Amino acid sequence: MFLLLPFDSLVVNLLGISITVLFTLLLVFIIVPAIFGVSFGIRKVYMKTLLKIFQWATLRIERGAKEKNHPLYKPYVNGIIAKEPMSLEEEIKEIRRSGSGKALDTPEFELSDIFYFCRKGIETIMDDEVTKRFSAEELESWNLLSRTNYNFQYISLRLTVLWGLGVLIRYCFLLPLRIALAFTGISLLVTGTTVVGYLPNGRCKDFLSKHVHLMCYRICVRALTAIITYHDRENRPRNGGICVANHTSPIDVIILASDGYYAMVGQIHGGLMGVIQRAMVKACPHVWFERSEVKDRHLVARRLTEHAQDKSKLPILIFPEGTCINNTSVMMFKKGSFEIGATVYPVAIKYDPQFGDAFWNSSKYGMVTYLLRMMTSWAIVCSVWYLPPMTRQPEEDAVQFANRVKSAIARQGGLVDLLWDGGLKREKVKDAFKEEQQKLYSKMIVGSHEDRSRS
Amino acid sequence: SVSHSQITRLYSRFTSLDKGENGTLSREDFQRIPELAINPLGDRIINAFFPDGEDQVNFRGFMRTLAHFRPIEDNEKSKDQNGPEPLNSRSNKLHFAFRLYDLDKDDKISRDELLQVLRMMVGVNISDEQLGSIADRTIQEADQDGDSAISFAEFVKVLEKVDVEQKMSIRFLH
Repeated sequence: MFLLLPFDSLVVNLLGISITVLFTLLLVFIIVPAIFGVSFGIRKVYMKTLLKIFQWATLRIERGAKEKNHPLYKPYVNGIIAKEPMSLEEEIKEIRRSGSGKALDTPEFELSDIFYFCRKGIETIMDDEVTKRFSAEELESWNLLSRTNYNFQYISLRLTVLWGLGVLIRYCFLLPLRIALAFTGISLLVTGTTVVGYLPNGRCKDFLSKHVHLMCYRICVRALTAIITYHDRENRPRNGGICVANHTSPIDVIILASDGYYAMVGQIHGGLMGVIQRAMVKACPHVWFERSEVKDRHLVARRLTEHAQDKSKLPILIFPEGTCINNTSVMMFKKGSFEIGATVYPVAIKYDPQFGDAFWNSSKYGMVTYLLRMMTSWAIVCSVWYLPPMTRQPEEDAVQFANRVKSAIARQGGLVDLLWDGGLKREKVKDAFKEEQQKLYSKMIVGSHEDRSRS
Repeated sequence: SVSHSQITRLYSRFTSLDKGENGTLSREDFQRIPELAINPLGDRIINAFFPDGEDQVNFRGFMRTLAHFRPIEDNEKSKDQNGPEPLNSRSNKLHFAFRLYDLDKDDKISRDELLQVLRMMVGVNISDEQLGSIADRTIQEADQDGDSAISFAEFVKVLEKVDVEQKMSIRFLH
């Protein structure tokens, strides 16, 4: 590659050429192993070095804060207030018990009942289980990114220099490298799948399609410096099954697809996404929906069932939460994918937020800003667990099955298992939940129909 | 008094609820908390943060309302006998609950007000007649001066044995 420089100086020209050559060599050095699926283990060494530096940085901050006598802000993921785990009935009974010596078996109303609702309400105002899942997790140790530090003013000169060095490395060296890799990966994917699409259907086409997909996803993995540890790979999804995983960001797709060959499901987008989607579907049957079709649940279910029943077709990759959650919990799984009747292969993905938080807060950042943030982090480190396949038992319905799968994924990934809908990120909660509470309380003050008819 | 780290944590919570990023919370900001939205008395509790009929509450007002729920043991450390009664005294905690019933702030819980709050708590599950008789019975048991309403003093008398300190207090974990 010849760069046309405005300066005639020989030195500047040589500098330009040598940087370009080094850059290209580096690209080749990373892309070639990606094509063959080999790894030199450089990323693991990188990760270990970074960890040591982070530990040093955190200790330094703590020491500095102690010297200046400033209290440190330490975030607590497990909540800041003590909450009683008792049910509505138990708590109200306890309040009434402390108030009077009367028999508590008869349902009646007490003025003190209001204390229960009042305290519960104030507790949720101070700390609730749902809203904190839609923003990035707070870290306990500092990872040299100013975006995650809450004690930023308490640092020494050495730390500032280190942080500055970090900025230089991340923005001037890693970022251009990663953008170049991403560009290569995406263009190879589009051209590769289009070319393979011209081949006649058969074993050759399937083989090539699989390897084009895998190769491009592996390049994208390196474009994000994603360090992934796969566990229990013998449970990897097979044809005719559905792979479900917890959703944290669009990167989940790249992480899973670089280790397996899946059929994607989703809505057709415009722009670059649309180009990629249309190219991919030429090489192998992904399931793309038009925007209008997405609302039609029966159509979606029918197409997915058709795909799953064809044993020659690839396992479908679905994220039943329907939206990105911040990887501290798993929220309600939409039952659609669990009604199809195919074997479900659960996968748990847990990111280590120390090196770069992968959560996509779509109300705060657009896609491009998000990708830039990803590419200027140190690395994306995660663990993927392939759980043993599950099928729906005869005595359980789709919702119970979905909850069972969700619990298994939450347990494996060390995430909190919540029944709340991820859609609460944008929508209001349904009135049905309030009505449930009202019904429970009504029973406490007038009893149920059976009690009334008896007396 | 409240520790520095507790204030920091509550400030962090305040800013995360403040979606408009203008340093104040509106009623919508509170209603966005799902667990509060499903609380039958959610709206009444939110109202407690806006005492003067205003639409916005700043951090100071936020803390002031939450201060009612500090455990009473905290007061042991700062024995300010000559100062005003602390917000988290037993009496003030009871007053907070009283104001949830007393919608028009006339220092009396009338039959209508009691019915309104009862209706919020039970939804559609109980008939008007039954709810009416529950309200009547409650007022009858509490009313001592015969005005068919519950004053704050009568309210306190009815609840004199209830462990208000425990039930209307929230403890920090750290």
